[in-house]
Amino acid sequence: MERGSGARGERVRPAGRYFRTTFSRVPLLGWLAGILIAVTLERLAGPPLALALGLQKVPVLFGFVIMLKKPALIPSAVLYVLLIYVVPTAVVTRLSTSAANRLAGRLVRLPMAIPVAVHLALLYAALHLWAGISDYRVLVLRLTLIAVMVTLSLNVINGYMGEFSCSHPGFMAIGAYFASVFTVGLFVNDQFFGAVFLPQAWGPFLFPVALILGGFVASFGALAVAIPSFRTRGDYLAIISLAFLFIVKSLIENLEFVRGPRGLSGQPDYADLPTVFLWTVLCVWSINNFVRSTVGKALNAVRDNEMAAGAMTVDTRRTKIVAFLFAAFWAGVAGGLFAHVLRYVNPSTFGIQKLAEVLAMVYFGGLNSVYGSIVGAVSISLLGEALRPLEIFKWIIIPLLLILVMIYRPTGLVAFKDLDVTALLQPKRNTEEEA
Amino acid sequence: MTAPFLRVRNMSHDFGGLRAVRDYNLEAGSGQIRGLIGPNGAGKTTIFNLITGIYQPTEGEILIDGRNINGLPSHRIASLGVSRTFQNLLLWRHMTVIEHVKLAHYSKIRYGLFAAFFGTPGYHREEAEIEEKAGRLLDMMGIRHLADQVVLNLPYGAQRRVEMARALATEPRILLLDEPTAGMNPEELAQIMEIIRRVHGELGLSILLIEHRMKVVMELCSIIQTLDFGAVIAEGTPEEIQNDPRVIDAYLGKERAT
Repeated sequence: MERGSGARGERVRPAGRYFRTTFSRVPLLGWLAGILIAVTLERLAGPPLALALGLQKVPVLFGFVIMLKKPALIPSAVLYVLLIYVVPTAVVTRLSTSAANRLAGRLVRLPMAIPVAVHLALLYAALHLWAGISDYRVLVLRLTLIAVMVTLSLNVINGYMGEFSCSHPGFMAIGAYFASVFTVGLFVNDQFFGAVFLPQAWGPFLFPVALILGGFVASFGALAVAIPSFRTRGDYLAIISLAFLFIVKSLIENLEFVRGPRGLSGQPDYADLPTVFLWTVLCVWSINNFVRSTVGKALNAVRDNEMAAGAMTVDTRRTKIVAFLFAAFWAGVAGGLFAHVLRYVNPSTFGIQKLAEVLAMVYFGGLNSVYGSIVGAVSISLLGEALRPLEIFKWIIIPLLLILVMIYRPTGLVAFKDLDVTALLQPKRNTEEEA
Repeated sequence: MTAPFLRVRNMSHDFGGLRAVRDYNLEAGSGQIRGLIGPNGAGKTTIFNLITGIYQPTEGEILIDGRNINGLPSHRIASLGVSRTFQNLLLWRHMTVIEHVKLAHYSKIRYGLFAAFFGTPGYHREEAEIEEKAGRLLDMMGIRHLADQVVLNLPYGAQRRVEMARALATEPRILLLDEPTAGMNPEELAQIMEIIRRVHGELGLSILLIEHRMKVVMELCSIIQTLDFGAVIAEGTPEEIQNDPRVIDAYLGKERAT
């Protein structure tokens, strides 16, 4: 999200502390309100301002692409970002701090579902308005949300459980193909799968069924990896899961009814922004519930010391298998969404490169942390898009960044941090009075 | 209770060609504190690992409540009521104190996976119950104020208490303590002895204690077994053991022979 105010505080040294104390008192509600105002402003004043600053159109990704393509326009792009995002967000959050705190205080006294729904609605509204300006933004946003799901589910295995799994793109592929066959077979006139089978109006309602079934099939596939590899600890999982990834890929390449390496296209456009957003929320919520429960903490115990976990009545094998299948389920759902966002899948999408990308997101963002996975997925996705003009150098810069993170923060940017929703929504009153 | 809770009959264990435990017998679980002493490498910890299912005995059998537990995985044995601490403190380094104690309730959890994924009311109720039970154990160990600390940051004595609280949280019938006073200063030593006495008195637990400090063993235990090269060489009350020439030989070498 836009946290420009922090960077601003760094630059203005004497005022730095002022900014920090002021903005540390802003509750989440205030930030969301500020961002919402900023993106509304962009909706209204973005295009004329962009023209006035000499930019041909509204910078789609905070001006990164423009800056890299035409360095001469850097001042204009920076100015645009400041005027549209940073200053409005900062001003609104500053002015609304006490009101937002009061409102947040009143909200958290209601049953948890209500404040959560309000915050999510604000977040969605902001994302919707931001993305609405161009189709490109909608696409990037949906792919980023899907990346969050995949990263978080892989973090359950590689971070919370401390094993090393390589089969996540395989699970995605299973989910993607299953959901695609389901929707294309039932709701689309297709030369391979024949005519429409069910009324097309049912499609969007049965889409969740397709995704969930895809997730279950991915879990079922995961069982094939889990049963042999969780007999003992060690590198077995890494090797078996890598093998699994290749098996899935070559299996799909050789299945003629999904058109082998040519890929499957024509998925109906069911994965729009609200759908992807809702599934992402559901995924983050259920994974966060799981890893914070005592059953989920067993994963950490298995990772930190399996012998002690067993001696403390924890069924280590069941714990590992459950977590692995659960993670595979969400990877499968994410795969299904992915196929319906791009409306085309082919087996080579789900290869080593995808694996490297997801692993990078997990380790960049931070192990054992929901925040970390969100940060990792969003930053690597956006970096990947923003650095696109650099072409081949993109693949030098991103790995370099990863190496730097590994040197200075070996467990990732935001590792080992619990996401406590109740605490997150609280108003922030008790900080020191400003001078 | 007629038969003792834990019975070990003619148990032997080989590491390759080395017989680490030889024809070991034990009847425990009727509420006493029993001691297990012996020089380094005598096989004391191996016996604990055999009883808790980490190793499988080569020969002989282990019975809990009359039921043979050979071949059961360690979490099943633990949930039958055999809990333990480890000589070298096997704590989970990224977890907080309260999480350690909560997790040891694992086998008592009734809510299903679905409840854990979606945070149902039943899940919240049960997590709150577990939290309260864990809190009481922390009170008993005097580490309530450390509940939200990550164990890695705690002093050694506190870590020992966390391990003890965790072992008690499985609600055992018998507690195996593997050198609970190792590396402690005299002050911490007095505290841990007090805790062991309280655990024994208040919870009525049977305790099996491996210990090197004779002061601790002699004060706490009512029966002591002495082990040397995997075999029991003497068994009896503290006085009998203290004066048994075989025990003195095992610890000090055969002075009289030389």
